Amino acid sequence: MFISCIRGLGRGALGVLEMLGSYGMFLLTAFFWLFGSPLKFRRVLEQIIFIGVKSTVIVLLTGAFTGMVFALQVFYALSKFGGESLLGPTVALSLIRELGPVVSALMITGRAGSALASEIGIMRITEQIDALEIMAVNPYRYLVVPNVVAAVVSFPLLGAFFSMIGIWGGYLVGVKLLGVSEGTYFGEMSNFVEMKDITMGITKSLSFGLIVSWVCCYKGFFTEFGAKGVGKATTQSVVISSVLILIWDYFITSISL
Amino acid sequence: MIIVRDAYKSFNGNQVLKGLNLEILEGEMFALIGRSGLGKSVLLKHIIGIMKPDTGDIFVDEQNVGSLHGKQLEAMRRKFGYLFQEGALFDSLTVFENVAFPLREKTAMKEPEIKDRVFVELEHMGLKKDAHKYPAELSGGMRKRTSLARAMIMQPSIMLFDEPTTGLDPIIGQSILNYIQLCHRRLGFTGIIVTHDVPRVFTIVQKIAMMDDGRIIINGTYDEIVRQGNPAFQQFLSGSIDGPLHYV
Ligand SMILES: Nc1ncnc2c1ncn2[C@@H]1O[C@H](COP(=O)(O)OP(=O)(O)OP(=O)(O)O)[C@@H](O)[C@H]1O
Ligand SMILES: [Mg+2]
Repeated sequence: MFISCIRGLGRGALGVLEMLGSYGMFLLTAFFWLFGSPLKFRRVLEQIIFIGVKSTVIVLLTGAFTGMVFALQVFYALSKFGGESLLGPTVALSLIRELGPVVSALMITGRAGSALASEIGIMRITEQIDALEIMAVNPYRYLVVPNVVAAVVSFPLLGAFFSMIGIWGGYLVGVKLLGVSEGTYFGEMSNFVEMKDITMGITKSLSFGLIVSWVCCYKGFFTEFGAKGVGKATTQSVVISSVLILIWDYFITSISL
Repeated sequence: MIIVRDAYKSFNGNQVLKGLNLEILEGEMFALIGRSGLGKSVLLKHIIGIMKPDTGDIFVDEQNVGSLHGKQLEAMRRKFGYLFQEGALFDSLTVFENVAFPLREKTAMKEPEIKDRVFVELEHMGLKKDAHKYPAELSGGMRKRTSLARAMIMQPSIMLFDEPTTGLDPIIGQSILNYIQLCHRRLGFTGIIVTHDVPRVFTIVQKIAMMDDGRIIINGTYDEIVRQGNPAFQQFLSGSIDGPLHYV
């Protein structure tokens, strides 16, 4: 009983190590091809459209509503001690440092990350990846690298859009609806928001872009066979990406405070 | 020249190749036949190196396929054209783009030149008017022909055809075989055709091998094999249920 318990633990630990190793090798190989060969700009552009441009509407929509509801809630809290004038900076700081990068990343993961995993997964099970290899076209260079680059470019831009429209949504609610003066809303905001807050938002978005494209490409690339395999890869890539986004977000926030 | 020496391969306990030996001479057209699900596609994938044998070696032009890396592997791959059984067309690209893909990726050819080459190839396959379609809009036979055009566009010195005529009507099937023969005469490639299209395929090959139970059980020219009067071969040709080959 005791022995088999230990054995199970050992096997589990080995499994986890093996998985981490394989994720690591995947990223290293991708980096090797990213820096070791000319970038395929056309492919990168296609993937920026796929990951970034096509996610714009959903990101703007969620951004606006997040900003609006957030302003409502914060106004309620601030009004308990007469701090309504701080509505602008609170909304802005939260969006720029936290909600913008995180919520937009989660939205893009749901829309584009899942599609990415299933697209690459289908390419795997229909032997399109083998076909690339046979034509001596490296699948990392052709498939993985463009997606990683596109994600690292798109995530910060979409995160910034999210924050901007969120601040505007907060303005609608705070200024137009709840009567905070326009001067206070934006004035206090520019007093409190510093460059380092913006840098932090961008850093987060960059790393989320890397995480999401990494996980989703990996899951697609190593799909198990059959339609079931692709379904599983898609679901898992979204779940794993989302969890990693939240964990990494906590980690990066805590070390930079 | 292609040599498969004592290749063993299993997939989680399912032993597919059991010490398979095969030798194919330069410029030879070779038909590989055998019952469904016995590992013919697996064998082709071993020859081109996207699958590796558990033990045993595969040599192509004196080079051990399993030991190649980087530039050498790339040079080896460029010798090959491969028609996938299921086509393996890129479904985000049109017929034209699929066939143009190897030229765009692997040559310095200019776009007008590529266009000419691709359209000549598509013309042969009777696909000229479908050039703008995506694989999802094609019939099975059209997909196969597109895939064949893509495999041949680089004029490789070794062609592996995995069931080039399966799923085609008899007339198009024959025209594909004629086209393969024509290309073989013109380009002189070494060709392996995996097929169930017997006896028709025998008119375009020099040698025939039959695979069973993870090995090559018959190997020779058509005349030799017929002279031997091999019962397995005769059973396969006549499609009879009784005989040395049975269902697994
Ligand atoms: N990637 C793989 N993973 C696991 N098993 C596989 C894989 N590829 C092939 N097999 C197994 O190998 C065996 C041979 O398959 P293969 O596709 O080579 O048959 P085949 O001779 O080409 O048949 P057909 O004439 O129907 O195309 C089958 O039992 C199949 O299940
Ligand atoms: Mg097959």
